[in-house]
Amino acid sequence: MTTALGVPRWVLVLAAVGAAFVLAPLLALAARVNWAEFLDLVTSESAVTAMSLSLRTSTAATVLCVVLGVPMALALARTSFPGQGVARALVLIPLALPPVISGIALLSTFGREGLLGGTLQVLGIQVAFSTAAVVLAQTFVALPFLVLSFESGLRVAGTRYEAVAATLGARPTTVLRRITIPLVLPALLSGAVLSFARALGEFGATLAFAGSLQGVTRTLPLEIYLQRETDPDAAVALSLVLVVVSLLVVAVTLRTPTRVPRPGLRPE
Amino acid sequence: MRGAWVRMATVLTVPLLGALVGCSAPTPAGGSGASEESASITVFAAASLQHIFTDLAAWFESEHPGTSVQLSFAGSSDLAAQILAGAPADIFASADERTMTALVGEERVRDTPLAFATNRMQIAVPPGNPARIGSLADLAREDVLTVICAPQVPCGAATKDAERIAGIRLKPVSEEMSVTDVLGKVASGEADAGLVYVTDVLSSEGRVIGVSFPESQQVVNTYTIAELAGSSNRAAAQEFIAAVMGEKGQSVLHAAGFGPPG
Repeated sequence: MTTALGVPRWVLVLAAVGAAFVLAPLLALAARVNWAEFLDLVTSESAVTAMSLSLRTSTAATVLCVVLGVPMALALARTSFPGQGVARALVLIPLALPPVISGIALLSTFGREGLLGGTLQVLGIQVAFSTAAVVLAQTFVALPFLVLSFESGLRVAGTRYEAVAATLGARPTTVLRRITIPLVLPALLSGAVLSFARALGEFGATLAFAGSLQGVTRTLPLEIYLQRETDPDAAVALSLVLVVVSLLVVAVTLRTPTRVPRPGLRPE
Repeated sequence: MRGAWVRMATVLTVPLLGALVGCSAPTPAGGSGASEESASITVFAAASLQHIFTDLAAWFESEHPGTSVQLSFAGSSDLAAQILAGAPADIFASADERTMTALVGEERVRDTPLAFATNRMQIAVPPGNPARIGSLADLAREDVLTVICAPQVPCGAATKDAERIAGIRLKPVSEEMSVTDVLGKVASGEADAGLVYVTDVLSSEGRVIGVSFPESQQVVNTYTIAELAGSSNRAAAQEFIAAVMGEKGQSVLHAAGFGPPG
């Protein structure tokens, strides 16, 4: 083991304790898996339905996060307006809120008795207990990850190329499409992957806001929680599947460099 | 200087780890000899018993000076899982017989469990009953948003029984994880009706109103209580069970809407 310059040994000891604290539960989970029946457990009808629902809703939520989050990050990083600091803090609130509170807040907005409930009912839209409610809950909790990631990408990239493009006569939309987005693409990708992971793991807001029905609102985390009641083996097996998916997500994110090392297009 | 840092890190870390490890071991009960007969019992009770057992424990402590009652409330199957994992508890009060039977099968229970209360199902509707629910069959109507418990949890199993007896098939918009989740969806007005227990309607204090249905007479949920094999304070545990089975316990249970056992 090579010790990097200036890292005291006790820091490494604490780091090892921290690593063990994170890894031990995952290994313990893997140790509890009933491998003989693993395939049967994770391919049961309810498990496959929940998994497919989770993948579909998380993908939809990620798309929504990109569509809404990129403009939000641009507004925060590339413009200045009064109350910007407050706006940034507000955007990040879902990160700090317990998910159940997010669910109750969504219910107070989109529920039948909620703020927009009357309007939605006139339009014939029933949000609660629908797959759309799951997507809304996931988007609500995942959006800050995309905004944070994209905004910091924008700040690291700086505005030099955008300024040059603008002086050469490019319109704002062209600059955004040809310069800004390609330059910050890695940050956008890692933000999207993190949002997807957060959406995939969403539990509390979904339970409080969307309900739980097979094929409609019962995502994989809800299915795991329910299976735990009667079939702990199935719950453990499905948990391991989610852990593996999370590991893949983390691996993808780590492999994505935060900046594009492109010749001739380097900031600084 | 470096040595000081190492010492500081150790001083900070060791008690932290000790605290983490210590969580899994039973801690000695009571103060250190403040009272000569200080004792503590830990009672794991089904979530639906929260109000009743909180009252009962306060009464028990006043009747037995020096004895303190620690209460832990959660879904019966959650509590059973904790007991199987070695949680230090003296008494378990389950909301259904199935969960208790599972613990008996694992030899975690000292004596034969005693039935101490019964509970029946009732339809919960939002105040004003907007969907005009009058019977169990109304819950199967196309225009009614019905919420029930998932069949995997005790209230869902009881719901299945009620459906079978009534000869109907509900098409719920959601199968919730617990009876309190069902209650929440009805109280917030998201659902038109839900199937819960009589005691849930009473404890909601008007947030939902109850509609009785005749089939519920045949779906009775029996609550059982037992001293656990790992109990460290047998005398106090037996006295607490006696209090639940006795006049005081039964009157509190009756007031909350529970029926007499058996």
